[in-house]
Amino acid sequence: MALLDLANPSRFLGFANRTIPWLSGVTVLVFAFGIDQAMIAPDDYQQGATVKIMFLHVPSAWLGMLAWGVMTIAALGTLVWRHPLADVTAKAAAPIGAAFTLLCLVTGSLWGRPMWGTYWVWDARLTSMLVLFLLYLAVIALWRTVDDPSRAARAAAIFTLVGAIDLPIIKFSVDWWNTLHQGSSIFRVGGPTIDPSILIPLFIMAAAFTLLFATLLLAAMRNEILRRRVRTLRLLQASAAS
Amino acid sequence: MEATNHVGFIAAAYIAAIVMIGALSAWVMLDYHAQRRALTDLDKRGVTRRSGTARPEATPPAKQTAKEEA
Repeated sequence: MALLDLANPSRFLGFANRTIPWLSGVTVLVFAFGIDQAMIAPDDYQQGATVKIMFLHVPSAWLGMLAWGVMTIAALGTLVWRHPLADVTAKAAAPIGAAFTLLCLVTGSLWGRPMWGTYWVWDARLTSMLVLFLLYLAVIALWRTVDDPSRAARAAAIFTLVGAIDLPIIKFSVDWWNTLHQGSSIFRVGGPTIDPSILIPLFIMAAAFTLLFATLLLAAMRNEILRRRVRTLRLLQASAAS
Repeated sequence: MEATNHVGFIAAAYIAAIVMIGALSAWVMLDYHAQRRALTDLDKRGVTRRSGTARPEATPPAKQTAKEEA
């Protein structure tokens, strides 16, 4: 099947129905391996055992940002090509991205209390991540406010493109401002500063979270396509009755 | 630094992750079943997608159908 064929919602549904069970299985296996590796990873020389929180915190932060990145590409698809599957992608990704961003904030707070002595500080990295979470809530509210899906999609797409400004702010906040949050330690010039005994389990957990995101996104997109079909049929039924 | 000092924070983080992943998974599965049920219900009442199989009087304006169809 050519990739372009998936742009057809009916073909996409067939693809999703075939792929979701396999993707779910692989996700469970990679998670099991990742958690096993995370549990046997040594304690950090400074953080001690709380480094185990990083195996959840870092991937959820990446996924929170990735989901908005996916929504940004989908927003271009909505505004430039007006493709209904782009609308579906953006709408389906928003709650998943919000959940990962919330998990990032919660796990960060639970790490911050023993390490920094506080659950929260108005630091540039933490604040920009909180702003991302609020942006997710706003775009979800926008989708729910406008009844017509195509009108809601255009409004949400513009909002998403404007909100994408927050992504580089999150990434570079630790370089641009003095922050309590540590600087980049993985994707940086000169390579990661993390020991492989911790870095490898972190990458496995990141792969597991990414697979989970892909599975949930496919499933949520399938639901959204079905929801739109239900809506169309109810409109047909209503027009027939009138 | 002993693991036991902060075991509560570590456990709370993993419980939060389990709850979040469980809630997301439940949400997509319940939503899927709800949409399938709604489609089956409409199908039983004779409301179908294709204009050829739908009741003739049930066909909406073409522009509206294209807009709603995903």
